Amino acid sequence: MGEGTSLFEDAPEIDLSRGRLDLALVRLRMAWRTLRDGWAVFVESRIGVLSLAIIAIFALMAFSHPILMATVWTPDVYDPVTGYAFDRFEHPSPPDWRHPLGTDSLGRDILSQLLFSTKSEFILGITAALVTVGIATTVGAVAAYYGGLVDSLLMRLADLIIALPGISLLIVLSALFNLNLFYLALIIGVLGGFGGTAIILKSQALSIRVKPYIEAARAAGGGHFHVIFVHIIPNLLPLSLLYMMFTVTGAIFAEAVLSFLGLLDIRMSWGIMIHTANTGGYLLAGANYWWLIVPAGASITLLCSAFYLVGRALDEVVNPRLRRHDR
Amino acid sequence: MTMTTADNQPLLKVVDLSLSYLTRQGPVPAVQSVSFELGRGQSLGLVGESGCGKTSVANCLMRLLPDNGRLTSGQVLLEGQDLLPMSEEEIRRFRWRRMAMVFQAAMNALDPVYRVGQQVVEAIEAHGIEETTAQARQRVARLFRMVGLDPQLMDRYPHEFSGGMRQRAVIAMALACDPAVIISDEPTTALDVIVQDRILRELKGVQRELSMGMIYITHDIGAVAEVTDRVGVMYAGRLVELGDTVDVLHAPMHPYTAALMSSFPSISGEKKALGTLPGEPPNLVNLPTGCPFHPRCAHATEECRREFPPQAQRGSQWAACWHPLNGAQESEQS
Amino acid sequence: MSSPDSGPLLAVDGLNKRFPIGGGLFRKPTDFIHAVDDVSFRMSAGESLGLVGESGCGKTTVGKLLVKLLEPTDGSITYRFATPAMDPHLAGPVETSNIRSRQLGAFRRQVQMIFQDPYESMNPRRTVYDTIAEPLVVQGIGHVQERLDRVSEILDLVGLTPAGTFLFRRPHELSGGQRQRVAIARALVIGPSFVVADEPTSMLDVSSRTAIMLLMQELAERLGIAYLYITHDLAVARYMCHRIAVMYLGKIVELADTEELLRNPLHPYTRALLSAVPSPDPTRRREPPDILGDLSLPVNPPQRCRFYDRCPLATDLCRREPHPPPEEKAPGHWVACHLA
Repeated sequence: MGEGTSLFEDAPEIDLSRGRLDLALVRLRMAWRTLRDGWAVFVESRIGVLSLAIIAIFALMAFSHPILMATVWTPDVYDPVTGYAFDRFEHPSPPDWRHPLGTDSLGRDILSQLLFSTKSEFILGITAALVTVGIATTVGAVAAYYGGLVDSLLMRLADLIIALPGISLLIVLSALFNLNLFYLALIIGVLGGFGGTAIILKSQALSIRVKPYIEAARAAGGGHFHVIFVHIIPNLLPLSLLYMMFTVTGAIFAEAVLSFLGLLDIRMSWGIMIHTANTGGYLLAGANYWWLIVPAGASITLLCSAFYLVGRALDEVVNPRLRRHDR
Repeated sequence: MTMTTADNQPLLKVVDLSLSYLTRQGPVPAVQSVSFELGRGQSLGLVGESGCGKTSVANCLMRLLPDNGRLTSGQVLLEGQDLLPMSEEEIRRFRWRRMAMVFQAAMNALDPVYRVGQQVVEAIEAHGIEETTAQARQRVARLFRMVGLDPQLMDRYPHEFSGGMRQRAVIAMALACDPAVIISDEPTTALDVIVQDRILRELKGVQRELSMGMIYITHDIGAVAEVTDRVGVMYAGRLVELGDTVDVLHAPMHPYTAALMSSFPSISGEKKALGTLPGEPPNLVNLPTGCPFHPRCAHATEECRREFPPQAQRGSQWAACWHPLNGAQESEQS
Repeated sequence: MSSPDSGPLLAVDGLNKRFPIGGGLFRKPTDFIHAVDDVSFRMSAGESLGLVGESGCGKTTVGKLLVKLLEPTDGSITYRFATPAMDPHLAGPVETSNIRSRQLGAFRRQVQMIFQDPYESMNPRRTVYDTIAEPLVVQGIGHVQERLDRVSEILDLVGLTPAGTFLFRRPHELSGGQRQRVAIARALVIGPSFVVADEPTSMLDVSSRTAIMLLMQELAERLGIAYLYITHDLAVARYMCHRIAVMYLGKIVELADTEELLRNPLHPYTRALLSAVPSPDPTRRREPPDILGDLSLPVNPPQRCRFYDRCPLATDLCRREPHPPPEEKAPGHWVACHLA
């Protein structure tokens, strides 16, 4: 049946007479096309593109810090933790051309702190998100596929974690252990992964599990491992990606709260910047010392909402039903 | 196209109806210059494969078009009044009161949180057919009996109904306001044969009894043969053959109709070899030139590829074909 | 139901499948749907049997039991494959419930299934190649190049040519008919000797339906495959099958050669089914089917004849006696009815 071929000019055509063909290359080309088509839908959402641009700017900021430190900024003045601005007599001092965002109460450059912390926020957010989604996807797929006792146990565990107040639990943990950035990311990731995200992904996995292609795979001789990792999880990934975005937001926010309370073993972060302003008593001084609070606060808000909004825009790519009518 | 109705004016007259859907790939012509008439007490079948435009025609008649649907030409005259230029407000008075539809997915047409009878009662009250609720309930009881449902089932919820009972309830709902025309879009597709048989009988009986006009949309030649007086065959958005059901099914003029007939497996009579139709229906975005059926047609010639054929007439039957079957007289028409 | 001595490919004896309703982790369910109840039949190599009945009669459950996607509650399904030389695991009779994991792969190579819904039976994220090669991949048959060649070959066989243009399409780039061809290709790619086809044409348009029916017939004949064709459409079964078994609420009520069953139906349910099929001849007047009431679910059904509640001929005998066992009324024509 050659009919309809014109419709699918885009489908890669394979010349089998050429002998051995590189399957991987074809797959790469197809993945690229999927990405391209997804991107075409994504760019239709203006807010998604704007948010992605914001994330890109923050990424640039993270990269710029080591470069600036190596070139124009002298470490004894500009180091985010140990530096001291000798050129000023009073601290905190307002912005000027040498310190575009001023200095904090300990005489450290705010811009340097802001740029330095950006990297940590990314590492924290992305690690937490990867851990969350890795666990949640596996837990969701396994619970949905096996059902029964496995499902009951995993879902009761999820209920338990949801019932625990997250931030308070983190406060207790940070009081008991010295939490650095990596452990924090891990804990947030594990809590998220076994908690709400797992339940959401499980319900999605349940709807995949009952599809005839799962039975077809079993009839073909596919084992449990094959069905879970080749059929269920790949179909969960779009949704997983979405929840990854939302987890980044949650992780950055949690870090800010814990740092603000001074509970984390971290050298510098946006939360610590606000914590420093607070311990100096500048938080309530309001507008007079805006540079102590606004850069870090705005960064937290911007990066969190940017990840969240990218997630929302991805939602439209992943769920065609949310798209507006073709016009 | 002569009509055998008492009135001079047909109940429903569709003239040169065309509909396009606007999509990313450009406008898709879903319905192209479709014309037909329907008399009182008559039933007209529309057959064709999925995507041939039969449901789109129904949606045009009911003026239930998606946002991207655009009517590009035509008239739909119900008792002489054109429905297409009407405002949404005016059409609402026509919909259900004069023209009602039985949908394919009966489950979706019933709201799961309300009792079935109540939904019909509300439809009646919304259109001011009956004065009081008690009268409306009596009417619903009558309707239920008419479609073969026990009136005591009125106070049940949709999920307590079987597939066949739901379909009957949906038919009762469509009849609630005593419409002049009822449009049935594949009302029995999801049902088993025995239930299908009963629904078809009831639908046919009610239509005869109330002397309604009925448009019956299906892909099932058997159902067409049993329910309809006239039948129109659609292909790629166009009506390609129209005539009395007996004539069309006994002596199809269009090769497409003949192919549909021969690929229909039957349990009665001698077992005949099934005919096949090569290829698949065309993509509406880029239709073949000339007759849209020519790439699949065994009789296609140069002129089929060049130009859309005129109507070849035989009695009250016509087909849009350059080479109609059975040596029909080729009298050309507008 | 031919004699067991002839060495049938498939022997089904007293097959039962009950699905519990309700119940939970610590609660024993008390109600069961008797989806398949004491079903027995034989099939020989290369034969096609139609399993016909209304939705919910248990025909799909029988299909899934035969391919071991479900385990029977009771009864046995025994295959006798003709290829013991190739597969030492499958020498002699193979009973599905005794198959151990090492045998399972070999069994899956012999018994395959084609699913009803062409739109849902392919993973939307995987290409035609991935779908068809799946049985080869999970069974570790061949290298990449061999699999590609085999898949291209089978694509040619099912009429998706040139194979190169189809190999790397995803399901949404195929029409319904093309998808069902892919489904057939997937079932045939590892050379089974028995295929269960679960309403493969019921969701297709008229023209692709005929094409798929003819394709299946041709391939089964050419490759010597026996198949069980599950359908609700007697007319389709007439064209696809040598014999037809009619199922009602978990029981086979009649089984006979196709034309014999159509010409001379003995069970009142078969008669009702036959008389309910619309005729494409508009001049023919058809009598309404002689059957009472509506279809129900076989939840803890009483012992008596399953068809009793809907039977127009039911007598006191039918009410008292247990469900009638199938009897051979004419050569090869089995009926389960007290009155036939």
